[in-house]
Amino acid sequence: MAILEILKLPDPRLKEIAEAVADFDDELHSFISDLEETRQDGPAAVGIAATQVGRMQRIVIIDCSQTRKPVPNHGRLVLVNPEITEWDGFELGREGCLSVPDYTGNVIRAEKIKVKALDQQGQACEYEMEGFEARALQHEVDHLDGVLFVDRLVSRRTDLFQRKVYRKGGKQKKRSG
Amino acid sequence: MDWQMLTLVGEDQPGIVAQVTDALYQSGFNLGETSMIRLGGNFTIMMMVGDGENGENLTATLTPVAEKLGLQFHIDPIRGVLHQHRVPNFQVRVNGADRAGIVARVTGVLASCGFNILELESDVVGSAKEPVYIMTIQGYTESTLESLEGALDVLKAQDIDVHVSPIETLIG
Repeated sequence: MAILEILKLPDPRLKEIAEAVADFDDELHSFISDLEETRQDGPAAVGIAATQVGRMQRIVIIDCSQTRKPVPNHGRLVLVNPEITEWDGFELGREGCLSVPDYTGNVIRAEKIKVKALDQQGQACEYEMEGFEARALQHEVDHLDGVLFVDRLVSRRTDLFQRKVYRKGGKQKKRSG
Repeated sequence: MDWQMLTLVGEDQPGIVAQVTDALYQSGFNLGETSMIRLGGNFTIMMMVGDGENGENLTATLTPVAEKLGLQFHIDPIRGVLHQHRVPNFQVRVNGADRAGIVARVTGVLASCGFNILELESDVVGSAKEPVYIMTIQGYTESTLESLEGALDVLKAQDIDVHVSPIETLIG
């Protein structure tokens, strides 16, 4: 077990696209333990992605079971090669990031999503998520694609306009997915 | 670093930020946090300006560009600190027919709850005939949602439509 170093903006590795995981071996499990320990070490993070510690593989952990006000959640999830297959609705919410210290801002995310992934043994799993948990997963999957929440910031003044744009994009994604 | 708060206002036109910040940059000044918004069609900006290495005078640097763009400016020495962002835990939204005293009454109630306003924006929208007032406030207080709602109920009795909701900031 070890606490790993979190990459911080402007580290260029945070903009890289991660590779799919192929081997579900002891080394992977050991890394996932370290990743979880690293998540818990920081300031109340509900999620972490492997790319945030410089491992360019598609692994995320989310855990929305400890929020101040309880939200619908699936407990702690380790998701390997996660893929969001459906998006529905849109919601503005405030986000921060272990990789972007001292800053929070408003981001629009889908309200409900469906996600397909593998667990850490390589078994296929599928979840429907909503609200805060859906937001957390979208934030982490973005990390695997080299996207940070600061790449998605919107101002409150323009949020009505942005919402319309986002809805259109969401529907298009649904059709192609 | 010593900071000064620079406020600039004037008729809006494209290129103001570029020309003002270029003048500052060319004279060796540093920028900290800034906030620009159009208010009633006017350009307004506030900028934390840090002393540069060149020891240039800020007023002398700004005078030519401000005159060219028709801007008024004002400079105050401040005690500025970066990296001190506070995360809001409540959001308050107000909307309804425009009427006198909305801001004072809403913020008065919030202040009585120990609410520290971190961001506030208000706008008069709709039409000249039927103006609608919209205000969003984000801030921090140790008070509970229930006690904030209870305090704001007084305003609902005065026909001010005010909603408060907790902000759960996602860290990931």
